[in-house]
Amino acid sequence: MAFLDRAARSLFLTELLGGMALTLRYMFKPKVTLNYPYEKGPISSRFRGEHVLRRYASGEERCIACKLCEAVCPALAITIEAEPRDDGSRRTTRYDIDMTKCIYCGLCQEACPVDAVVMGPNFEFSTESREELFYNKQKLLANGDRWEAEIAQNLAAEAPYR
Amino acid sequence: MAEFWSGFLLPLIIMVLQILAITVPLLVAVAFMTYAERKIMGAMQMRQGPSIVGPFGLMQPFADGLKLFAKEQILPEGANRVVFYVAPMLTFFLALIAWAVIPFDYGVVLSNINVGVLYLFAISSLGVYGIVMAGWASNSRYAFLGALRSAAQMVSYEVSMGLIIITVLLCVGSLNLTDIVRAQEKVWFCIPLLPMFVMFFISALAETNRAPFDLPEGESELVAGFMVEYSSAPFALFFLGEYANMILMSAMTSILFLGGWLPPLPFAPFTWVPGIVWFALKIAFCLFTYVWVRATVPRYRYDQLMRLGWKVFLPLSLFWVVLTAGVLVTFGWLPK
Repeated sequence: MAFLDRAARSLFLTELLGGMALTLRYMFKPKVTLNYPYEKGPISSRFRGEHVLRRYASGEERCIACKLCEAVCPALAITIEAEPRDDGSRRTTRYDIDMTKCIYCGLCQEACPVDAVVMGPNFEFSTESREELFYNKQKLLANGDRWEAEIAQNLAAEAPYR
Repeated sequence: MAEFWSGFLLPLIIMVLQILAITVPLLVAVAFMTYAERKIMGAMQMRQGPSIVGPFGLMQPFADGLKLFAKEQILPEGANRVVFYVAPMLTFFLALIAWAVIPFDYGVVLSNINVGVLYLFAISSLGVYGIVMAGWASNSRYAFLGALRSAAQMVSYEVSMGLIIITVLLCVGSLNLTDIVRAQEKVWFCIPLLPMFVMFFISALAETNRAPFDLPEGESELVAGFMVEYSSAPFALFFLGEYANMILMSAMTSILFLGGWLPPLPFAPFTWVPGIVWFALKIAFCLFTYVWVRATVPRYRYDQLMRLGWKVFLPLSLFWVVLTAGVLVTFGWLPK
């Protein structure tokens, strides 16, 4: 009997028709598409995107060239050179991040004692050439100026958990 | 001179115009078929499908075509130069010439030959040459495997398809496509021959290498099957040929089982609509079902495909030929 049952079911294509009915029903369901370049999904305040170097409100750069980020970076993407400035404070003369090496682990941000290097909410920084992804200090500071408002908000939101 | 004009040149011009009147709408239909497929599959997967290029993304197929033709043509080292380029042309050409015998309405047919079904069957069988040539000439193992599969698949399903067509011919008593449609004036053949209709549709899926029988392409195991080595215009020709074949098979299904240009009910509001519109609607319905099946079922395994073709479809269609013939003889319904 089980054989007849199975044979009848496959001959009358019941499962196939059931599947087709399902796809037809789904055809009239609302679509879940996000029209990406025009619409964007929400991003967590913990999102680890493009790196920035931040400044104090006075305009003074935060980085003190402690090189903790360079030491902790597992991908060896960060290169720092430093020497005392004319006013005697210790600052970087070179702060490079190779974005092609970076694995976006966020350890540099964790290591930074002054919240200077932070991973911002920007993930749309694709370029047409490889060279453009070798970020220098100037580019990172410019990023910091550009994303300061969002980053300050994210850091404040995350402060209780750090 | 006048004789040359009226005896040769004028008929030639008329013929060329007639051919253009068929092929140009066909190619536009092919273009929009790719768009419709992406839209329908998108909807069934709760996506939008193309929506950026032009209103509702309607210009997408033309953008794609332009992109394809602007790409670099690559001739693989070790490929047979002539056969490599002849294969896509053959596929495309075969998909187009079959339309010569398709009746769009009563009397609206390029060439009303009385072996129309045979011609269509022969052309669709020749389609396998394009694929085998492509697979062989590419000199690549994926292409070769894809071509082998395709050859075996198309040959297997042609056998049962032939038997299914024989059932229809038994009921009509003619190989002429116009006669086949006119024989369905009382009732479309999809009703008395429903199992044959379903089997014909499934065989047509296999014949056009569509999901769930798209093993010749089989992206997951063969990359793109017989088309791996193709790019740019030759690839576009394969693509156009494949979709033109789908439309052809849908037209064949409409003619053999869905009453061609006949309206669904033979009275007032339905008979006002011209037959060519009904024919187009029926083709569109078949094409929608092609896409619908593709969005629903996963790909067959190769042995399952062969089992279905030889162990299920062949005996079943053979049985149905005998049954139909028996019924026709017993009740004296044989067409004169």
